[in-house]
Order: sequence, then C-alpha cells, then structure tokens
Amino acid sequence: MKKLICIALAFAVALSLAACGGKEKQAVATDGSTSMQKVILALGEAFMEDTGANFTYNATGSGPGIKAVKDGTCDIGLSSRYLRDSEKAQGLQETVLAIDGIAIIVHAGNPVADLTLEQIAAIFKGELTNWSQLGGKDGQIVLIGREESSGTRDGFESVTGTVDACLYRQELTSNGAVLTAVAENPNAIGYVSLSSVKDSVKAVSVNGVAPSEATVKDGSYAVQRPFVLVTKQGEKLSKTAQAFFDFATSPAANEIISAAGVVPVN
Amino acid sequence: MKNNTLFERAVQGIFLILGLFTVGCVLLITLYLVFSGIPAILEIGLWDFLFGQVWDPAGADPRYGILPLILSSIYATAGALVIGVSVGFFTAVYLSKKASPRLKAIMSSAVSLLAGIPSVVYGLVGMMVLVPGIRELFDLPDGASLLAAMIVLAVMILPSVIKVSVTALDAVPKEYEDASLALGATAEETWFRVSVPAAKSGIATAVVLGVGRAIGEAMAVMMVSGNVANMPKLFESVRLLTTAVSGGMGYADGLYRQALFSIALVLFLFILLINGALNFFVKEKRNDSC
Repeated sequence: MKKLICIALAFAVALSLAACGGKEKQAVATDGSTSMQKVILALGEAFMEDTGANFTYNATGSGPGIKAVKDGTCDIGLSSRYLRDSEKAQGLQETVLAIDGIAIIVHAGNPVADLTLEQIAAIFKGELTNWSQLGGKDGQIVLIGREESSGTRDGFESVTGTVDACLYRQELTSNGAVLTAVAENPNAIGYVSLSSVKDSVKAVSVNGVAPSEATVKDGSYAVQRPFVLVTKQGEKLSKTAQAFFDFATSPAANEIISAAGVVPVN
Repeated sequence: MKNNTLFERAVQGIFLILGLFTVGCVLLITLYLVFSGIPAILEIGLWDFLFGQVWDPAGADPRYGILPLILSSIYATAGALVIGVSVGFFTAVYLSKKASPRLKAIMSSAVSLLAGIPSVVYGLVGMMVLVPGIRELFDLPDGASLLAAMIVLAVMILPSVIKVSVTALDAVPKEYEDASLALGATAEETWFRVSVPAAKSGIATAVVLGVGRAIGEAMAVMMVSGNVANMPKLFESVRLLTTAVSGGMGYADGLYRQALFSIALVLFLFILLINGALNFFVKEKRNDSC
C-alpha cells in the first residue's frame, strides 16, 4: 500500500516538473489594483490557454503595482487611476485598458432622474435623507451598497469622495443582489457595474449625462475610473509580456473585458 | 474457516478506514481553524477582538471588533428559537397525539419536504416576499433586518424541531397516558402534564438541534439581513458571524482574511458548545429510560 502511494506520488511530481520545465521561460508577471482582479485574471486565463505561457497576478493595490513596475519586480503594473504627473516624470507610461463605469440605480417608479455628483455624495454620507429634498416623493432614502472588499464599492466611493463615509442600510455581496434590493424598495438607491444594469431598476443620469458605454468612453459620464496598464517608458518588455500586452489591448480581448463588467476602449 | 476470518478482517479494516476518514476530516478542519484563526486574535488582542464594538476591516483605519457579529448571531438564533420552537412544539404535540393517521402522514411528508428545500431558496423567498412584507407591515424605510433573519431561521429549524419532538412524543409509553386518563384527566391535560414531561429530553434535543442549524446558517440569512455590522436592533440591518465570513472571504487579504478565520473559529467553538449540550441531553435521556 505504502509502495503504491510512493510510486503514485513520484509520478505526480515527475509530471508536474515536466509541465513546469516546458513553460518556465515564458512568463508574464502583473501586480497592482485589486479592482482589476476580475478583468486581468480573465485576460490572463485566455492568454495562458492560447500561448501556454505562465501568467501571474499579484493583488496589492494600484500604488504598490505602480511601484513594482518602477522597481522592476513585475512586467506590467495595474492601476485603477491615471498616473500622477510625478509618476510619469519617473519614466512610467500608462495605457488605458478599459473603463469601469458605475451606474447609480433607483427604483423604477422613482421620479428622480438626474443627480449631481455632489448630491450623490451627500446622499450616501447621510446628509440628504429624504427623496423630497431631491424633488421626489416623501420617503426616507435607503442606501444599498456592496461589501467592504468589493471593487465596485471601492470605485464608487473613490469617485464620489465618500470612502469609509457611507451609511449603508444594506451591504450586499453581488451586483445582482443590489439590483434585486433596489427593484424591491421604492426608496432605495444603490450602485452596480454599468454592464449589469437591468430594466427592473432606473439608472439615473449624473450631472445630466445618462450612463452608457458611449458616455463612459468619451468621459462625459462622471462615475467612472480607468483601468490602466503601467509600463516603463523606453524599456522593452520581455517577449511574452509584450505578447500579453498586445493581446490585452487588441480588439480581440474586448469580449473578455466586457464579460468582466467593464467597458473596453481599444 | 481461515478464509472467513481473513474476509472478516478485511471488511473490518475497510470499515475502520472509512470511520477514520470522518474523524480525520474533523481533526483536519479543527486544526486548520485553530492554526489559521489564532494569529489574527493574537495580533488584534483577544479582548479587542471579542468585545470590540466596531467591525470595519477594510477601512483606512481597520477595526476588528466582532461583538456586533456575535450578538447578532445570538439574537437571531434566540429569536428563531422563540418563534420556531413554539410553532414546532405545538405542531409536534398535535401530530403525535391528535391528528388522524392520514393527516399525520400528509403533514409529516410536508415537514420532510420543508427540510429538503435548499437554504438559498429560503433566502430568495425571504428577499422577495418577507423583506418587502416587513417593510410594508411596520412602515419601515427598508425591511432587511434582524427580524427577517429570525423569521427565515425559524422556518428553517421547524423541520428538525418537529420531527425530533414527534419521535420523542410517539415513544412515550401508552400506559402513562392510559393511567392519566383513567384517573380522570382530560386528553389535553394528559398531553401536557404527562406526555410532554415524559418526552422532555427528546424535545430538548430538538431545541438544541434547532440552535445548531440556526447559528450555522449563512446563505439564507445573508439575503435577508442587510449585512451591515451594526449592533443588533430588531428593525436594523445586521451581520452575523456566518455572513461576515462568507461575505468577506472572496476578496479579503492580509489581517482581514486572517480575522475571518478567527471568526470561523469563534463560530466553531459556539457549535462545539451546542454539540456538548446535545450530548448532555442525549445522555440524560438514556438515564431516564433506565
């Protein structure tokens, strides 16, 4: 019995070593924004399937990701904000991969159709508490949000300037759950990824601009942020890293990017 | 003869291995929970962890107090017991003592069916029917609340409470009841003065089983309770120990992730305690029948 297990184990080890040996040199390392996890892992998986190269992603955050590129500890950095001028001055360059649009949704019967970014921030911070203050029917506003670790929550709160200040009535764990909760409650307001908005709720326009793929792309819809690939200026990527970069920014990747809930730009 | 013993030994060996597999799983999970749960508790401090009133693990200034989660879990379970056990207990008395055999068969299979419904379905119905219902009924801004969690949990523990209680009541010797009736007690007096006290350890087991089911449920609760880590109030949104773990595990990392394992450890200790209580009642039952 013991012998059998030993032999089986030896085989397994040999197989995995052989598998590693073939692909060892083809690797691309990415590092950065946790919000980009879904889209970058989807792209990485497709890339691995196509080329057999090894793809790794380190979920650290936009800042550490940018630093990792600068230090040369990864091939491509991932940032969910544009690079600052100081960072560009250090020889880094950005390529926008996709844009994360976040729709602000209310109950389908809610007469309020347009909010400013300031109003949205005031609502979620609990400074505006009744729909009548916004031209709607009398009713206490019910705030529906996402759980702490959600990328959508992170995006919404950083764009509206309400990080750690939102007084949620419910914190749900998926876009679908937020949609259902808002569709069920006439006084609810919530936010979901633009790609998951359904007819059961009403997406309000922000600063007079209705959310759509087009308005997100041209930048006129305010509740959005870029997903950026960060590389070093004037320095060549490894062959595999370049292949991944080209794949991710090619139109061929658009379907994967859309499926991950964000708007592709290339 | 020799072949026979060999065969028996082989079978015995197989059974032993299968039995050890179960024990191994329990040991593995226990050790894993202890080893992955302890570091965060040490880092946060046991007192701050168990009795801290703010759970905000992903904020700029993270806080890891799970008192709101512990209290919410206890309140939700207690509420579910109050509702579920009172409904379940009287249903069991009715089924065991009063219902006609045909009605009993139909109702028993309905109860079994209730036990077979997946928890996500309870959650879904709760989300679509119960939560808006509570909002309308109590004129609240939103219905996702501790009360909704209690009601969903109460319905979920009904099957185990009813089935175990019915079994216990059915097992009461007919002589006890006959004696009581012969002495002139009415049927109702007999049920509640004779049958129920005679079956009390079985009914206690049913209650403890209900507690175990209620405190460990995550999915259905997550869909109706709102998930905000408030100190528990009946009409406010709450987060339970189970929902904190299942809701956060997806993306959490660092100390937050470790703290989730610590929460799981706390929950595990709660459930061990309940199992201990269960064993106690079962033992008492054996002594009763001696």
